[in-house]
Amino acid sequence: MVPLLEMRNITKTFPGVKALDKVSFSVHEGEIHGLVGENGAGKSTLMKVLSGVYPHGTYTGDILLRGELQAFRGINDSERAGIAIIYQELALVPEMTVYENIFLGHEIHRGLAIDWNETIKRADEMLRRVGLDVNPESKVKDLGVGKQQLVEIAKALHRDVKILIMDEPTAALNEEDSANLLNLLREQRNHGVTCILISHKLREVIEIADTVTVLRDGKTICTLDSKAGEVSEPVLIKHMVGREISNIYPPREHHPADEVVFEVRNWNAYHPQLERDILKDVHFNVRKGEIVGFAGLMGSGRTELALSLFGNPEGYHVSGEVFLHGKQMHFRHPKEAIKAGVAYMTEDRKGNGLILIQDVKQNITLANLREISRRGVMDNNAEIQVATEYKDSLNIRTPSIEQQVGNLSGGNQQKVCLGKWLFVKPDVLILDEPTRGIDVGAKYEIYTIMNRLVEEGMSIIMISSELPEILGMSDRVYIVSGGKIVGELPVEEATQEIIMDLATDY
Amino acid sequence: MFLKDLGQVLRKNIREYGMYIALFVIMAYFTVATDGIFISSRNISNLLNQTGYIAVLAVGMTLVIVIRHIDLSVGFLAGFLGAVAAIALEFWNLPVYVVIPMTLALGTLAGLITAYPVAQLGIPSFVASLAGWLIYRGALLLVTASTGTIIIQDEAFNAIGNGYIPDIFPNIGFLPKVHKLTLIIGLIGIILFIINAINSRKKKQAYHFEVLPMNIFIFQLVFVSVLIGLITWVLSGYNGLSWTVVIVLIVVALYHFVTTQTVLGRHIYAIGGNPEAAELSGISVKDLTFIVFGSMGMLSALSGILFASRLQSATTQAGTLFELDAIAAAYIGGVSAAGGVGKVTGSLIGALVYMSLTSGMNLMNVDIAYQYVVRGAVLAFAVIFDVATRKRV
Ligand SMILES: Nc1ncnc2c1ncn2[C@@H]1O[C@H](COP(=O)(O)OP(=O)(O)OP(=O)(O)O)[C@@H](O)[C@H]1O
Ligand SMILES: [Mg+2]
Repeated sequence: MVPLLEMRNITKTFPGVKALDKVSFSVHEGEIHGLVGENGAGKSTLMKVLSGVYPHGTYTGDILLRGELQAFRGINDSERAGIAIIYQELALVPEMTVYENIFLGHEIHRGLAIDWNETIKRADEMLRRVGLDVNPESKVKDLGVGKQQLVEIAKALHRDVKILIMDEPTAALNEEDSANLLNLLREQRNHGVTCILISHKLREVIEIADTVTVLRDGKTICTLDSKAGEVSEPVLIKHMVGREISNIYPPREHHPADEVVFEVRNWNAYHPQLERDILKDVHFNVRKGEIVGFAGLMGSGRTELALSLFGNPEGYHVSGEVFLHGKQMHFRHPKEAIKAGVAYMTEDRKGNGLILIQDVKQNITLANLREISRRGVMDNNAEIQVATEYKDSLNIRTPSIEQQVGNLSGGNQQKVCLGKWLFVKPDVLILDEPTRGIDVGAKYEIYTIMNRLVEEGMSIIMISSELPEILGMSDRVYIVSGGKIVGELPVEEATQEIIMDLATDY
Repeated sequence: MFLKDLGQVLRKNIREYGMYIALFVIMAYFTVATDGIFISSRNISNLLNQTGYIAVLAVGMTLVIVIRHIDLSVGFLAGFLGAVAAIALEFWNLPVYVVIPMTLALGTLAGLITAYPVAQLGIPSFVASLAGWLIYRGALLLVTASTGTIIIQDEAFNAIGNGYIPDIFPNIGFLPKVHKLTLIIGLIGIILFIINAINSRKKKQAYHFEVLPMNIFIFQLVFVSVLIGLITWVLSGYNGLSWTVVIVLIVVALYHFVTTQTVLGRHIYAIGGNPEAAELSGISVKDLTFIVFGSMGMLSALSGILFASRLQSATTQAGTLFELDAIAAAYIGGVSAAGGVGKVTGSLIGALVYMSLTSGMNLMNVDIAYQYVVRGAVLAFAVIFDVATRKRV
């Protein structure tokens, strides 16, 4: 049988990087095809070649659809051929309504004017097809990430799609939304849509994919058939990383001291634009050398809590008490928090974490220029040394520390973010979804680093929506729901069920 | 081999070298079209002096655009402060060493006032500075209303825009009629440039960073040295370096240092690249906005001083359209409207390109109407070129 899609000997180079090296990849009609590999293996690049983001001529090799050679000059060409791609980063316009977004770039005209009634009607149909129950007239920014993801899919599906490509669609979703999305994929398959799914959540790949292709260092390692029982987590990991990893979480040997380093009492926050309370009477503490997990659903208020404590850059109206090393603190700007020894790594690396047009070294040092300067004048050598150190210790894959961060793969960008905050050497490090979009091998490395840091006396607050990660890494767990702390458990007593119960109770 | 290397380097760095090439082409063209009058000592000297008051504005504007703002008020602010300086000198009889710091301080204050609604209240800088444009225009008309043009008699003040640095040994027989101090300064400049280039190349190599191939590197050294040499030679054939050029060079050197070598510079570019990320990295966007607009105000005052001094008077029209010339110069010099990208040296070259066009077309007696069209076309071309070369990955 001729495969629906065949990519042959695809090679794509960027200055200094061979992102794809003679990659071959074929997908059969009606299957869900998983695409896995380490950060920087070339998954996103391969899909961008397929969808015409990198047009014909900028790569070598052939793309065949149903045996016919294709030469896409841009996204429009690939769309016409029935290929739709949903990128690693959401591409919706937050200020526009759901229906405007769905038909953005493909507006329904009657003459010169847009036929809004027809648009809304059709948008409604699409929303039903993806099982999303929202008013098409609501603005995208008012929806949670999970729902936004579904809007993206609705946007992709409104055209006659044959191949739907999704690049890490569940990275920012909680378990429930992820499960919904995977169900939706199955449904689409039954409608005859072929899907390509890129994900670092191997369990969901195993659960849903009919076939899995593994990339490593820009090369195809193998294609495995799920029905033939070839796919399992250890096998995938072995092919991805090139060696076996028996534990996903490194052994935990934390010895938190009794000394409380960071404490928050009666903490409230009011959001002046939304005109509502977003945090209510929050109490918690963190001890020296402890990893404290903050579990909860998306939108439960954990990020808002972290930001409000970290100098409150969003300008919430806050009240309550914050103690660092027993001393009461009033951080009015992130710089004061950083200076006092509190750091916050954002969950949104592209939005407010990194400066994409600057290079790796500038991003790593940005939050602590004081240490590599004298009387305000930069010491360029010291900067290079620091950046090289973090590049090596975090294993950031980049041709040079002078590479623009925007050119790195998603996972490697995340590592740059982490490096930046490690260089600040804080006493209290707040990590918001620290391993989002990171491959298994790199996760293990990051967990190991976290363990080392607490061993050295740092205190870590880890906000995570991945319960296994919370359970695998924390010493103590707070459960947040609706802007309140609804539970506190030592990790020995916590289970996924208990946490989910508490998190969804309110 | 050499040409092939050169072609490759040029193609790779076309964005950076593009405007130098453009400047070179424009100058060469006018030199031919005016039978060499353009490149004459006198004309080049005049050209540089005219560029001065736009160049200092363009330097400040670079930073404003880098942090994703704009300042439209600078032209009439310069005109107004020039008039204030004239009044202080002529009517209040203040000495020049009081007037200049006072004017610069007033400029800084004006910049901070423009920054206030922008930084504190989030008003778009286009609107805030448009208000400034109107206010300073009115203020300029007000202070010159009773007297009309104010003639400045102070010689020290007028020397800023018209004077030249003194010569050493003006009367020895060696190289008569040549300004020797200018030559010496040029020579020192060349030596410093070469030492600096070799050092930074060594450093880069030590870290295994990419450097230019050796032959191209030497070519670059020779090319720039010859260029500096030529310019100083041409200038020393007239009156030597003017005070305006000295001031511009100091301003550019200072801002170049701050933007490339200091924490403050890093913070400015970080804000331009991603203000939210900068804020979360502990950089106060608010404070930096004040600093950048404050510096813009100070440079506006400097521009006003240079202009008033050059004309030896303050006029009701002083500063008209300076802001747009400065913005054009910055964009020709490669500043990106998206923020976070742009060099002050680029803006200096941009200002030179822009003023060379004016000067050359004036020499050729081109009608003013066509001059605007040509300048507009060059601006459009420069920006299109910038965007087109940026896209290529
Ligand atoms: N525009 C670009 N310029 C230079 N290098 C690039 C560019 N885009 C990608 N690369 C490089 O190509 C390689 C493959 O990147 P790609 O984004 O395809 O990885 P990925 O498999 O999607 O990784 P991740 O799981 O982290 O998203 C990386 O080494 C990356 O640095
Ligand atoms: Mg990717």
